[in-house]
Amino acid sequence: MLNVALPKGRLGEKVYAMFEKAGFPCPSIRENNRKLIFENPDCGVRYFWVKPSDVAIYVERGAADIGVAGKDILLEYAPDVYELFDLKTGVCRMAVAAPEGFRDDTRRALKVATKFTNIARAHYAARGRDIDIIHLNGSIEIAPILGLSDVIVDIVETGTTLKENHLEVVETVVPISARLIANKASFKFKNEPIEAIVKSLASQTEETV
Amino acid sequence: MITGEEKAVAALRALYRRCGYRHYKMSKFEEYDLYSRNKEFLISDNVITFTDTNGKLMALKPDVTLSIIKNGQDSDGIQKVYYDEHVYRVAEGTRAFKELKQVGLECIGTLDPYTTYEVLMLAAASLAALSDEWVLDISHLNVVFALLSECGLSAEDTRRTLSLMGEKNRHELAALCASADVPPEKAALLGELVGLYGTPAAVLPRLQTLLRGTAAAPYVEELATVADALTRQGFGEKIRIDFSVVNDGNYYNGFVFKGFIHGIASAVLSGGQYDRLMQKMGRRAGAIGFALYLDLLSELPAPAVQYDADTVLLYDSAAPLATVQNAVAKLTAEGREVLAAAALPAGLRYRTLYQLNGEEVSEIG
Repeated sequence: MLNVALPKGRLGEKVYAMFEKAGFPCPSIRENNRKLIFENPDCGVRYFWVKPSDVAIYVERGAADIGVAGKDILLEYAPDVYELFDLKTGVCRMAVAAPEGFRDDTRRALKVATKFTNIARAHYAARGRDIDIIHLNGSIEIAPILGLSDVIVDIVETGTTLKENHLEVVETVVPISARLIANKASFKFKNEPIEAIVKSLASQTEETV
Repeated sequence: MITGEEKAVAALRALYRRCGYRHYKMSKFEEYDLYSRNKEFLISDNVITFTDTNGKLMALKPDVTLSIIKNGQDSDGIQKVYYDEHVYRVAEGTRAFKELKQVGLECIGTLDPYTTYEVLMLAAASLAALSDEWVLDISHLNVVFALLSECGLSAEDTRRTLSLMGEKNRHELAALCASADVPPEKAALLGELVGLYGTPAAVLPRLQTLLRGTAAAPYVEELATVADALTRQGFGEKIRIDFSVVNDGNYYNGFVFKGFIHGIASAVLSGGQYDRLMQKMGRRAGAIGFALYLDLLSELPAPAVQYDADTVLLYDSAAPLATVQNAVAKLTAEGREVLAAAALPAGLRYRTLYQLNGEEVSEIG
C-alpha cells in the first residue's frame, strides 16, 4: 500500500487529479464529506489530507511514503526527504516586500517580519546584512504598516494583498512551486510505484507546457 | 526478526568477531575540543558539555569514530576494531538530548580492495542480521568528484550540487547547471547519474557506458569489482547503486553507503571511506567504517503485549518466607515467570493466577 500525503485545499485537489491520471485513482476522495483518509485497495493506494505545512513531517517520518509540499515548506524545515519532481503547479514566489518607496537604512539592523524565519535568515546571511527577525504566524502584511518591521518576507502570488496594504515587492528570494517528495526508506522498498508516479507526472507536466 | 536492542548487539558483535575485529571500549567522555574542531563531521553539533575536575571542558561522546582516530597510532598494517557504545546527541526532529545505542566498526590503515569489500560485506551482513527486508545503497564519491571537476563549478555551487544530488533533485540540479554555465553534456551526465537507481546488475552496465573514457571510469570499475564480490556473497539483490548517498565531501572520499530496513523511516546504517578526515586529524592512514543506529529498531512493529505477568502467585503476607520461597521455586521450575505478591497490583493483566493456602498452591484464575 502506497501512502500519499496531500495538502488540504485547492492545490491538493489539483494534485490528486494528476495522481488519478497517473493510474492511482481513489474515487471516494471526491465524495463531499469530512473524512481525511481514503483508500483504494485495488490500486494499492491510500491518500490522506493533511495541513500543507505538515506534509513534509508525515513523509520524513515515514507515515506517508510520498507527498506534495510547497518548496517554501521544504526550504523552511529542510526535511530529510527526496525531492523527486517539480509539479510546476501552485506557482508563486517567496519575496521581500516593503512599504511603497521604502529605502533600506543600512546603518542599522533591518527588522524583518516573517513566518519563514529560516528562509529569511539564510537570504540575508548570504548578503551579510544584519537583521532583526520577528516571527509572526499570520497577517504578516500589517507588520510594516504598524511599525513592527521594516520589511516582510512572505509568499506572493498575485500581489493583490500587498497592493491593498500599500506594500510592494522589493526582491524575489526564491521561486516556489509544489514538489513531489518521498521518504528515503520508502523510495527503496516501494520503488516501482513511486518511479511510475514520477514518470507519469513528468509526462503530464510536459503535456501542459 | 530481531527487534530487541540487546539481541541485535549480540548478533552484530559475533559477526564482527568472526572477521577478526577487536572490541574497542571507550570512555564516555572526550575533550570538547575534538568536536569543536570537527563539527561538520557530527550528525548534530549539539554536545553535552561539562567542566572536569581539572578545569578542562569535556563532552559526553556524541560520536565514536573521532575518538577512535584520535586515540589510534599510525602503524604498518591494518587496525580492525568494532565498538558498541552509547552516544549522546539531539535526535533528529527533536530538541532534546537522547542516549542512543550505536554499534559499528572501523578499519584503519592501508586500505586495499579486500578491506573495502569486507567492510561493505559486513555492513550488508549487519543489516541481514537485523531483518529480512533491507537494502544497502552504495555510491563512490570519486565518481562524483571526477565528474564535478569537469563541470567548472565554484566551491559554493559544488556544495549546492552535492546537496541537490542527496535530494535526488534533478530539476533544480538542471537549473543550477544552466545558471553556472556547465557544459550541457556534463549537466546531462550529472542528471542521469542522480536518476540511476537499482541493483548492480541493472545499473552498472549503463554507468560503464555513460562514463567510459572519462576520469570517473576507473572508480566505476572499483564499484563494479566490489559489487561483483558482494553479489558472489549472495547480497546482489539487496545492493543498490545510488549516487544520492553523498556524505560530506570534506571528510569522505571513495565508497560511501547507507543501509535501510523496511519499516524504519530513515537510514539505520551509515558509513564510508574517510581518508580526508584522517588527514585533517594528522593521520597518514586511510580509513573506512560504518555505524548502526540501533535506537531506530524501536520503530519496527513489535508483537502486542497481552500480559504484564505470566503467572501471579498470591500469598498471605503472614505466610512463612520458606513456604512462599518453595512455592515460587516450584512454579519457576515449570518454566513460568512468576510475580509473587501479597495483593494483586491494580490493573495487572496476567495469564494465570495462583493462590498459596498453607503449603498448597491452587490455580484460581
